[in-house]
Amino acid sequence: MPLQSIISLSGKAVPVPGANMDTDRIIPARFLKCITFDELAGTMFYDDRFAADGSSKGHPLDAPQHAGASIIIGGENFGCGSSREHAPQAIKRSGIRAIVAESFAEIFFGNSSGIGLPCVRASAEDLAAISAILNRAPETTWTLDLDSMTFSCHEASFAVRMPAEPREAFMQGRWDAVVELMNAPDKVAQLAAELPAPTLAPAQT
Amino acid sequence: MGKTLYQKVWEAHTVGTLPDGRTQLFIATHYVHEVTSPQAFAMLRDLGLPVLHPERTFATVDHIIPTDNQTEPFADPRAAAMLNALRRNCAEYGVRFFDLPSGRQGIVHMIGPELGITQPGMTIVCGDSHTATHGAMGAIAMGIGTTQVRDTLATQTLALSPLKVRQVRVEGTLRPGVTAKDVALHIIGLLGADGGLGYAYEFAGSAIEHMDMDGRLTLCNLAIEGAARCGYVCPDETTFAYLKGRPFAPVGAAWDAAVERWKSFASDADAVYDDVVRIAAEEIEPTVTWGISPDMSVGIGGVVPAPADAADEEKRAARRAALEYMKLSAGQPIKGLPVDVVFIGSCTNGRISDFRAVAPLLRGRRIAPGIRALAVPGSQMTARQCEQEGIAQIFRDAGFEWRLPGCSMCLAMNPDKLEGAQICASTSNRNFKGRQGSPTGRTLLMSPLMAAATALTGCVSDPREVFPSLATDQQ
Repeated sequence: MPLQSIISLSGKAVPVPGANMDTDRIIPARFLKCITFDELAGTMFYDDRFAADGSSKGHPLDAPQHAGASIIIGGENFGCGSSREHAPQAIKRSGIRAIVAESFAEIFFGNSSGIGLPCVRASAEDLAAISAILNRAPETTWTLDLDSMTFSCHEASFAVRMPAEPREAFMQGRWDAVVELMNAPDKVAQLAAELPAPTLAPAQT
Repeated sequence: MGKTLYQKVWEAHTVGTLPDGRTQLFIATHYVHEVTSPQAFAMLRDLGLPVLHPERTFATVDHIIPTDNQTEPFADPRAAAMLNALRRNCAEYGVRFFDLPSGRQGIVHMIGPELGITQPGMTIVCGDSHTATHGAMGAIAMGIGTTQVRDTLATQTLALSPLKVRQVRVEGTLRPGVTAKDVALHIIGLLGADGGLGYAYEFAGSAIEHMDMDGRLTLCNLAIEGAARCGYVCPDETTFAYLKGRPFAPVGAAWDAAVERWKSFASDADAVYDDVVRIAAEEIEPTVTWGISPDMSVGIGGVVPAPADAADEEKRAARRAALEYMKLSAGQPIKGLPVDVVFIGSCTNGRISDFRAVAPLLRGRRIAPGIRALAVPGSQMTARQCEQEGIAQIFRDAGFEWRLPGCSMCLAMNPDKLEGAQICASTSNRNFKGRQGSPTGRTLLMSPLMAAATALTGCVSDPREVFPSLATDQQ
């Protein structure tokens, strides 16, 4: 039972500039006390976006021209720092579907892949060109295509990179380990029937 | 060639090999609690999947519940929300929840064995590192992450690679006043807090064979503090005697068949291990930690070690940092160090045997003036036993606060916390900086016997000196 294949994504883009965007900035530690990852929606980059009194600092994520954007354009070593899965969870649950950046921290990349959030790399030159288009025409619709490995809009197309294994996993809908674990239901059922389950003794019920 | 218990249980639960080379391992029993399960249930909901085997999934509430007053709503709305989320999730997915009114609530690593749910030959997981505890019953038991909790809920399997197995043989007879906790701290001190990386620890040897079940649970509980993700003891007559008659244990003919099956999982005499470590039981002293890692320990007669004596610069730096945090000096005897708080409880030492061992020693005595002492039974079943046997009253009469079951002062996710730089004689499992709730709080890990002796004198004490009867009564 494959999950959703992730081959092509389209939407508006938003710049989150800066090198070494660490996971503490992506999701400040005080938001980690949560019942569900759903509660992380809207918390991404919180302290970069809002002052202590809750007023906007004018971050691009909160700019009207980028409203509804679903693709983040980042810098170098995006997602470095702590291994908290809360970081990509906060991004995904805030409506982001993909990240294009110069490079990604390894753990962040793995955590993101595991929850179906593709992270692709683009060259510094191409990122500058993408940013230029974004500045000039923020309403532009972009398409990330994992089949052709391109990030494109109506006026330009840029090559992007991702290691072969996660790319295949996205395209085949195998990006979540749980999918592989659901591939042998008969053998699991057989073991479940064979191996005793703890059962409340009749006198105790 | 013979096999270890680890190999036998692994093979019996293997579904197959995954494309990436890992084993898909069937999980016999899955425990969940309120802190690490809500996100996993939410992920399950996102995927639109049911809990595949709710009859193999058991829930309890332990980390966040207050131990002074469990009347709801709790003062902390976050704690209340976590408990209620677990209630909703268990109701929705058909998972048995040992809730507060059930009479069976308690720390997850207490109730599994107590209720007879944890049985030999099982694979057992929980989103909690101290899941290693359950290995004492002859199981492969380990802590897992949030996504793996979801994987287990959804598929009753996990993608895992097998660990190597190190046999830790403790041969001989433990000296009077030396407990399973001392054995564990001694082993961690010897092999290091990272010494077990990549290994499961099989605890064996005559001292382990003669150890009661609660002691074995304490020992395996602390395997993870030596970096071994699993610890286990091969099932034997002690294991079976412990299990017989427990609520979830088989009965009648099924019991006899189960015992035969369980015996088959014990390591073969000619099993081959990746490593074997031998320890003489007689060498183990009542042991106490002085630093901020569980391997920073000394015998009760010892002194706080000097950084200069450590093997390398990394360890010297770690000792310097520990001395600074603990406000201790190299060469200072550990015995006689004044403490502020004494905590007897946790999944390490909150069992009936712990309270039974201490109660007769406390009878008719009082804790030292100015000491705050907490006794926290790890489960409602243990709490009832302590009341019935008069143990709870002995603790109260001695000046202890006798609390309701929960994780309490082990980890500061509930109101039981140290204040300021208080120093705590604690029977729990981690002496990390800030672990007990104050960023400057200090923890000395020790056995319940030493904690009781320390409560009476107000400073770190040798239980054999405070309780001379130990020398004649024990073992």
